Amino acid sequence: MASANAELHQLDKSLIWSGFKQLAPISLFVTVFGAAFGLAAVQAGLDSTITVAMSTLVFAGAAQFAALDLWGPHIPLFTMMITVFAINARHLLMGATLYPWLSRLPAARRYGVMLLASDANWAMSMQAFSRGKPGLGLLFGGGLALWIFWVFGTWIGTYFGNAIRDPKGLGLDMVMGCFLLAMVVGGDKSMRMLFIWVVAGLSSLLAYWYLPENSHVVVGALAGGIAGTVLGDTKQ
Amino acid sequence: MNIDVTGMGSLTVVLIMAVVTLATRWGGVYVMSFVPLSAPITRFIQAMSGSVLVALLAPLAATGDSEARIALLTTAVIMLILKRPLPAIACGILAAALMRQL
Repeated sequence: MASANAELHQLDKSLIWSGFKQLAPISLFVTVFGAAFGLAAVQAGLDSTITVAMSTLVFAGAAQFAALDLWGPHIPLFTMMITVFAINARHLLMGATLYPWLSRLPAARRYGVMLLASDANWAMSMQAFSRGKPGLGLLFGGGLALWIFWVFGTWIGTYFGNAIRDPKGLGLDMVMGCFLLAMVVGGDKSMRMLFIWVVAGLSSLLAYWYLPENSHVVVGALAGGIAGTVLGDTKQ
Repeated sequence: MNIDVTGMGSLTVVLIMAVVTLATRWGGVYVMSFVPLSAPITRFIQAMSGSVLVALLAPLAATGDSEARIALLTTAVIMLILKRPLPAIACGILAAALMRQL
């Protein structure tokens, strides 16, 4: 972990604006993903207002898509909470890796900046720190860009979602599955990860067939987590 | 415990999701101000956040119709080749659409 030197934790309007501009090109893609979410959410039976509210308040793509899988007339609250927590647990690691710089900010700013932490702006801000440049403007300004375009995209998606009459014929019932799978395949690939995925997948299926409804997500996540802990870190 | 999505139910679910997510955004920073995350805990969190997606997908792939399976397979293959999510997802959806139109 890089040592935090004196001025790298700086955060002012010009750094935030510059972070916003650096993440704006990526935000075009975020708009498309947002639209995909809006579309999928409407198909899962959420109304447009709730869908846009979810993107605004939760702002976490994979967790939001996963929530759609659990959505229905009766939502299993505990399973939903565990699922959202497990998917977003990587935020815990983002906060931990940013801590050397965040710790130099007053508490209100420290936690305020973390409101918008997500994968892309976290990665860019860590990159900036490793090059000896201030990174918190990227984190907050970039996060602001991602957030605005995510909500905007979601709103567009709900609009089209309500207009399409045969979503299944257009393959749109697969948006959620394909999105989550792309996230899995795009992640870290190694024999270790493959083993973890196999453990998670098999335990999930066993739970799906033999344990109470909706327990498969929790069982698979825990089994995979335990596999990862027992396996140790072969990369280092 | 189940929540009915009638009335304020669905908004309640969204608010709960928001609070849980916020806890993950703040939690890492908060815990670090007392004690650094240990290596095994870091490994557990890393493995778990990927596994939860696999756990969601496994039944989808195992119980879905053949169109669904082709869509997932297409997404996985294109993602492995191009390493870019947008074309991978788009082709997966397109594959399902084409098969359903035939």
